[in-house]
Amino acid sequence: MNRSNGTSSSTRALRLGVAGPVGTGKSSLIATLCRALADELALAVVTNDIYTDEDARFLRSTGVLPVERIRAVETGACPHTAIRDDITMNLIAVEDLEQGFAPLDLVLIESGGDNLTATFSPALIDAQLFVLDVAGGGDVARKGGPGIARADLLVINKTDLAPYVEVDVERMVADATAARHGARVLALSRHEPASVRALADWVRELRGAQLAGRHGPVDPGAPAPHVHR
Amino acid sequence: MANLAALLLLADSRLPAGGYAHSGGLEAAVAAGLVDDVASLEHFLAGRAATVGLLGAAVAAAACRVTAAPQGHRAAFTALDDALDARTPSPAQRNTSRQLGRQLVRVLGQVAPDPRLGELAGQPHHAVALGAGAAVLGLDARAAAYAYLHESVAGPAAAAIRLLALDPFATHAALARLRARLDRLASRADEYGAGTVADLPAPAAPLLDVYAEAHAARTSRLFAS
Repeated sequence: MNRSNGTSSSTRALRLGVAGPVGTGKSSLIATLCRALADELALAVVTNDIYTDEDARFLRSTGVLPVERIRAVETGACPHTAIRDDITMNLIAVEDLEQGFAPLDLVLIESGGDNLTATFSPALIDAQLFVLDVAGGGDVARKGGPGIARADLLVINKTDLAPYVEVDVERMVADATAARHGARVLALSRHEPASVRALADWVRELRGAQLAGRHGPVDPGAPAPHVHR
Repeated sequence: MANLAALLLLADSRLPAGGYAHSGGLEAAVAAGLVDDVASLEHFLAGRAATVGLLGAAVAAAACRVTAAPQGHRAAFTALDDALDARTPSPAQRNTSRQLGRQLVRVLGQVAPDPRLGELAGQPHHAVALGAGAAVLGLDARAAAYAYLHESVAGPAAAAIRLLALDPFATHAALARLRARLDRLASRADEYGAGTVADLPAPAAPLLDVYAEAHAARTSRLFAS
């Protein structure tokens, strides 16, 4: 597929967007992915912050990547705009990283924490995962929205906290799977190595599919009309 | 005015060139207590139009003329970038201007592809990129000046709504009161744009330069500039 920058998606890094509400663990998930994949894939990260460069500083402090491979984009309190309506700042950040550290295999783009309707433009990313966490409440997955329903992968994060917040993880995964009409849902805890491996495998498969020309971006779409019951 | 549709396209804040992340120095002015209501915002906007606005509009007008010329684009763009550097004492403001310029070129490259855009520096100043973009869209120098002046006040006014929770109608009324002022400034900028680079004006707002530097050093802010 020809992208906004005119390069073919099989000749450059896989651009993976990470979206989801504030505090669901997007930065932590990215750090986890970097740790799991840094030995086999050439990585870089773009963070989008609302008030500060907090997320970029957090990631730099984890030591998972050389600091110069982590770029912060300031979004002027419009995190949804920066990943959807006006992607120029993010696109330039991604292209700079791809050019400066060529050849990269994977660029992770973290959206600023926003509401349930914020999703990435397919002109910016090849695939996106949407992150919820058990602490946000077991019913959030049922609420749907474009990210939950149609992101390439839905992650339900911090499953180790479930007993403390009285959430039934299996039920939440089942609700989410139903909201996604059967599409993939991954229950994740960075304290459970098997779940981290499953996440890393998903990214590996995606990169493989991209290199084989079998993957193109799919837009989760605008918020769907819905009825309140 | 010819090609009015092109001017509306270029001056529209919805053009996806990343302007929404900037307040044009307003956030720093608010933090310093200079702006706290619609009246002080209007003073700020008038001052901004007369300084950054006039200078940028003059450079945009000049860049538009240069782009419309048959040759010599690259050298002329460089001279205008240098002139803006020399007239922008704050490194933070120079960086912001060049960042916005690069973003605009990135957008124009696909919205209105033209080989002359390739003659711009990798990170041209915003006004230089805007002037070149205006010419590529078939606009004249005065229209380029208008586009720059419009953004020089409309951007901070939009930021004011978020920063100060001002009444959006009162804020836009302040913008409306600036119309005649912008008309006069556009005429002056157009005249400067027809002159030599050395004769470009150098209006200054030193306190805002100082605040811009302080803002760039802040670790917590709503807007990048």
